[in-house]
Amino acid sequence: MNTFTKIASSIATTVALLAGVSAQAEFSIAGLSPAEQGLAIAKERKARDLGWEDSVSTVTMTLRNSQGEESLREMRMKSLEVSDDGDKGLTIFDTPKDVKGTAFLNFSHVDKSDDQWLYLPALKRVKRISSRNKSGPFMGSEFAYEDLSSFEIEKYTFKFLAEEKINGIDCYKVEQIPTDKNSGYTSQIAWLDKEHFRGQKVDFYDRKKSLLKTLTFSDYKLYLNKYWRPMQMDMINHQTKKSTELKTATLEFKTGLKDSDFNKATLKRAR
Amino acid sequence: MIKKSLLTVSALLLAQVGQAVEFEASGYVGFEWREYLEQGQFNTDSVTQADRQYGVVLEPELVWSLAEGEHTIVFKPFARVDSADPQRTHGDIRELSWLTYGDDWELIAGISKVYWGVTESQHLVDIVNQTDFVESPDGEEKLGQPMVKLSLIRDWGTIDGFVLPGFRERTFSGEDGRFRPAFVIEEEDAQYEAGEEDAHVDYALRWSHTIEDYDVGLSWFNGTSRDPLLKYDPLMPMILSPYYAQINQFGVDVQATIDSWLWKFEAIYRSYNDSLIDEFDQLGQPIEDYSAATGGFEYTYYAPFDTSWDIGILTEYQYDSREDKRLVIAQNDVFMGSRIAFNDAASSEILFGFTQDLDSSGTQSVFMELSTRLGSAVKFNIDVFLPMSTDSSNISSQFKQDDYIQLGFNYYY
Repeated sequence: MNTFTKIASSIATTVALLAGVSAQAEFSIAGLSPAEQGLAIAKERKARDLGWEDSVSTVTMTLRNSQGEESLREMRMKSLEVSDDGDKGLTIFDTPKDVKGTAFLNFSHVDKSDDQWLYLPALKRVKRISSRNKSGPFMGSEFAYEDLSSFEIEKYTFKFLAEEKINGIDCYKVEQIPTDKNSGYTSQIAWLDKEHFRGQKVDFYDRKKSLLKTLTFSDYKLYLNKYWRPMQMDMINHQTKKSTELKTATLEFKTGLKDSDFNKATLKRAR
Repeated sequence: MIKKSLLTVSALLLAQVGQAVEFEASGYVGFEWREYLEQGQFNTDSVTQADRQYGVVLEPELVWSLAEGEHTIVFKPFARVDSADPQRTHGDIRELSWLTYGDDWELIAGISKVYWGVTESQHLVDIVNQTDFVESPDGEEKLGQPMVKLSLIRDWGTIDGFVLPGFRERTFSGEDGRFRPAFVIEEEDAQYEAGEEDAHVDYALRWSHTIEDYDVGLSWFNGTSRDPLLKYDPLMPMILSPYYAQINQFGVDVQATIDSWLWKFEAIYRSYNDSLIDEFDQLGQPIEDYSAATGGFEYTYYAPFDTSWDIGILTEYQYDSREDKRLVIAQNDVFMGSRIAFNDAASSEILFGFTQDLDSSGTQSVFMELSTRLGSAVKFNIDVFLPMSTDSSNISSQFKQDDYIQLGFNYYY
């Protein structure tokens, strides 16, 4: 860091401190119970991720079985931040070619089950589907639907466990117990870095409480000077030895998407 | 006419927008091998119904998109070449349409397809597109329909208004084909109630909305019935002519999505002109205004028995107010089936089930559809359909020897 940026940064920190908005400087979990600490970390993580409004991304998923055989899925995703409720999402599949044009609309909710519709282009049919299937594999991958849904405080109870280093980064180690009885997990152990509250690694424990999967995040990029997003997520299933690599090829925030871009009509014309 | 005006519109758009046009081609080429398990029911000295059919299918889709997708032109032709039945060798324009939209409206003009309804075992409410019956006896394949469709998307629901200029006749198997009645249906002899014949302009209106766990639709259609009546002329006893009547039809469809349950219901009420009812009465083939309904559920077990499968159980009941079994296949029938998605990398899925006619213990059908992906671009399907009927007065008995097994390979690009 050169002198100029040092000064600029210290001025910015001072200004922020005076204004009382620098969460980073204020954040402290001292004197709280482990449950309160876990919740405080989760709230801080969520608070740092507010205000992104909307995003458009292109994502590639590579599925690998235990023999190393690969299968590719490409999709485009549109997301809309909804205040006071879960986000809205529209996913359009490009490969495999036989599902090209298939699209998935999701209204996630904080206090009730999500609303989901699937568009089947060959039949031109929109089907409302059950969102009960949280633990099911997404497109045959090692990611379950619930692994890809937006992070909401209400979905878990938290417990701070320890401070640990992951790949040389100082992290909070937090236990997250899903509140939804339909979740495929009894618990998740998440490591969030202390500096930016970004997920670094998550261990997933199945209904029999044995280690099922591990998710690692890498290649974080900073968007709009505020939002950190991993360009790569790797999910390894320890029981089947299958794995899925999820790479974000392009990502853009505040593209001007509106509520009217997320309904059954836009689902049908999504290409 | 429609094609011409569409081309004009596209040319104008291209000229006006003057922006980069994005073009994308995709589609599939398919090969099918179908083997019938019994010989044709209507074989004669001169006619032998096919025991085996090979088919090659092409369905490319060309899409031009302008102004970042605000205008889209889709061209999707379809063609099948069949080894045994010249009538099944056929082509169609599934889509040739222009789409544009705003925040709360959408307009489609050209040849296109729409789908209405929620049930699985039959599609009563879905009336806009004609059934491509020769393509698939289950009625799932549709012909392209010329239309202008305006949708208004509001807080209180979506209104779709349709003007449907031009009518598509249902396709039927030829005498060498399967899934045909004893008499040959002469497509060329189609008759119409409307003086404009297939140029009659039909109208349709639909309101649909999502209210919490319920997806609801109300629809109205006025115009040429997609289901032909079969007119029998005593002077030409071996020929049935499709007769396309004018109808008025109201439909309702509801799906409740509650936890792992999908509750589904569709109903229609169809009425004919009084003059037509009188005319058919005199021919000894009474027709009547009627109502019909399908209702049932789909329940899914997610990840049962330590698998990652989804196992769905489907049950639907089919009702029709007409009691004449000669006219209606699904007048008092129960459908039960299961859909299993294996959630594997190859997207393997199997759907199987049976339909039992409750008025005729010897009339039922069994089907199975299995699909999986081979490599990254080939979809492999096995289809089995076993219609059965020991009751010769039941309309289903004309297909009783058309049991088949079919292997299909579709290459997607």
